[in-house]
Amino acid sequence: MTTITTPNGFTIDNSGKRMVVDPITRIEGHLRCEVNLDQNNVIRNAVSSGTMWRGLEVILKGRDPRDAWAFCERICGVCTGIHALASVRAVEDALGIKIPENANSIRNLMEATQWAQDHLVHFYHLHALDWVDIVSSLKADPRATSDLAQNISPWPNSSPGYFRDVQTKLKKFVDSGQLGPFMNGYWGNPAYLLPPEANLMAVSHYLEALDFQREIVKIHTVFGGKNPHPNWLVGGMACAINVDGPLAAGAPVNMVQLNLVSSIIDRTIAFIDQVYIPDLMAIASVYKTWTYGRGLAGQNVMSYGDFPLHANEFSEHNLLMPRGAIVDGKLDAVLDVDLRDPSQVQEFVNHSWYRYPDEAAGLHPWAGITDPDFVLGPATVGTKTDIKQLDEDAKYSFIKAPRWRGHAMEVGPLSRFTIGYAKGIADFKEPVDKMLTDLGLPIDALFTTLGRTAARGLEASWAAHKMRLFFDQLMSNLRAGDLAMVNTEKWEPATWPKEVKGIGHVEAPRGSLGHWIHIKDQKIEAYQAVVPTTWNGSPRDPSGNIGAFEAALLHTPLADAAQPLEILRTLHSFDPCLACATHVLAQDGGELVRIQVR
Amino acid sequence: MRNTAAILGIGNVLWADEGFGVRAVEALHARYCTKDDVEIIDGGTQGLSLLPIVENTEYLLIFDAIDFGLPYGTMKSVFDEDVPRYLTAKKLSLHQTSFQDVLALAQLSGRIPSRMALIGVQPLDLNTYGGSLTTPVAAQIGPAIDLALLYLEDANVKFMPRLKGDEIEPLSPLSVVGVGV
Repeated sequence: MTTITTPNGFTIDNSGKRMVVDPITRIEGHLRCEVNLDQNNVIRNAVSSGTMWRGLEVILKGRDPRDAWAFCERICGVCTGIHALASVRAVEDALGIKIPENANSIRNLMEATQWAQDHLVHFYHLHALDWVDIVSSLKADPRATSDLAQNISPWPNSSPGYFRDVQTKLKKFVDSGQLGPFMNGYWGNPAYLLPPEANLMAVSHYLEALDFQREIVKIHTVFGGKNPHPNWLVGGMACAINVDGPLAAGAPVNMVQLNLVSSIIDRTIAFIDQVYIPDLMAIASVYKTWTYGRGLAGQNVMSYGDFPLHANEFSEHNLLMPRGAIVDGKLDAVLDVDLRDPSQVQEFVNHSWYRYPDEAAGLHPWAGITDPDFVLGPATVGTKTDIKQLDEDAKYSFIKAPRWRGHAMEVGPLSRFTIGYAKGIADFKEPVDKMLTDLGLPIDALFTTLGRTAARGLEASWAAHKMRLFFDQLMSNLRAGDLAMVNTEKWEPATWPKEVKGIGHVEAPRGSLGHWIHIKDQKIEAYQAVVPTTWNGSPRDPSGNIGAFEAALLHTPLADAAQPLEILRTLHSFDPCLACATHVLAQDGGELVRIQVR
Repeated sequence: MRNTAAILGIGNVLWADEGFGVRAVEALHARYCTKDDVEIIDGGTQGLSLLPIVENTEYLLIFDAIDFGLPYGTMKSVFDEDVPRYLTAKKLSLHQTSFQDVLALAQLSGRIPSRMALIGVQPLDLNTYGGSLTTPVAAQIGPAIDLALLYLEDANVKFMPRLKGDEIEPLSPLSVVGVGV
């Protein structure tokens, strides 16, 4: 093959020089990416591969469905609570369990907390270094940095002395040779465009965000009993609230803790609106001419919808984050999504290291099969234990290829904001329009790598303000005398039907997450999870459609072919999380190769 | 005021000997109690969210499965500045990448624990998803705890054996605790 056009409209050409980036750093889990570059170092073909196998489906079979959340919580080092929530929702859906209003408010609050914390950590600690040159910040003038910071935000930590201290601390750290998380940077690459002062401001906020993110998750400790790994419960929440009671070991959540939650919410809103958003705007204003990374954005996007305002009601009018799918860029026609419909969500494996009886067809998750099959195509360079180059015409990833009505879809904050915008909902339309106006950009600028990053920031602000809404909702319900936290009517397996199926869906920080459960004779008969990075990082399908990662990398020029900074920038803009998309090593025990470019 | 000590088990309990660290803290917690200024944490495969725990202690003791290149089941301890070095050089799992970053960030913030100890065990099996600890690795849980108590006594941290019939709040949901050891 040299040049082909995929059914979803992308032209790929694998004739040029092949470059391998493995592993992609600053993500959770293990992702490999291979690209072909033309003579101008522009990406003409991209191959994204999850190189580890997951196997959650296998381990859950035969277990008590009420325990499934605790296993799901262990599959990822980041969004533990999100998987737990999808799991308890799946079991509740299957068994027809209705949860109390208080439990709904608390779950929404915990989820919004996770969004705010996750987006903040992603922006500063995983993604900022794709835009911010740490080493350049050592050259900044602290006085000029102070002027810049005061010009864009009322945030108090902005004196020349403050920035000088950060600079000194950073210099000491860099000089010690222990660069830690900064070790793998391409410092000095010409694709870095920020002046030293903006770099220093961003680095200072990197450190502040590090201190702040620990505050936010205290909310999970209050309602989940502990952190990491908070407690969840089928039927509601495991915490009891006693507004008037004293604080004691093992005692229910009381007013002291609720006041703590309230003050954390205030500080979260302030940090995101006064630090995160101004930093985002400062970075965007310098990089706004870097318009790469479109891929499926604005084209094929999807959201399952989330944050039911009232309990147990997942219909469109009750969801604060809307549900829908946009296909072929038709923003004026948002389609509805039904996870139960066997013809909508389907997973394909003809390019994945799994086996189906008929690989030309996709399987709905309720009929899903997870049967690993680690074989390499004839054009592979290398061996099973030392792959130099993947053969993308054959099987090449431990990620399956999910499709919605046959379409490859992008999921995540930008997809959610696109759907909210297309539906004309003020919560989404107003901040997007304001941001574009301030930057002097057209709507099309949203459908880029930078747009993905910007949408995540706007969504962090949305989530922080919604934390307040859910907290107030909880308090007014408690004050009205409703203290119910869990519904135990169907806790006992003897009350369950012989065989049932359910779905649990959540909008995770990085996109749409679904758990499909099949319960038979009080045990889990089958369990399938389709996670956000499965959607975005999917390999090709039998029709030849490429997924969001591969599509977004096309046409991007690299400033320096030896330093794939632009590849990291675009892949990071999706906030990939491979821990749950894939897991562990090749089944035959062979460790897959890790070629690190550089 | 920082905590006197934090005892942290890291690893993935769904992944055979990868779960050693978590199983070790669970067993320690089940057998001994201590004072309020000593934290015992099942860190799982968490990354940045462990930073506050690391920054908030004078003495950090870590249990983990480590590739020392020794016969499986061999236990080995490393101390202080060798801890991040071992996690960097002998990496066998994803959680160690992020945990190494956690230690570096604690260094950057100037809040690295003043003393650190890592008690590692050479794993036999890391490939069986859903598997329990292998026999030689499980057999090291008791000795690893004894060693930890010895190190911590040196740092003036005291432990009391739990009495029969003590009600123990589990570190993790029972369904997960029950899987392994």
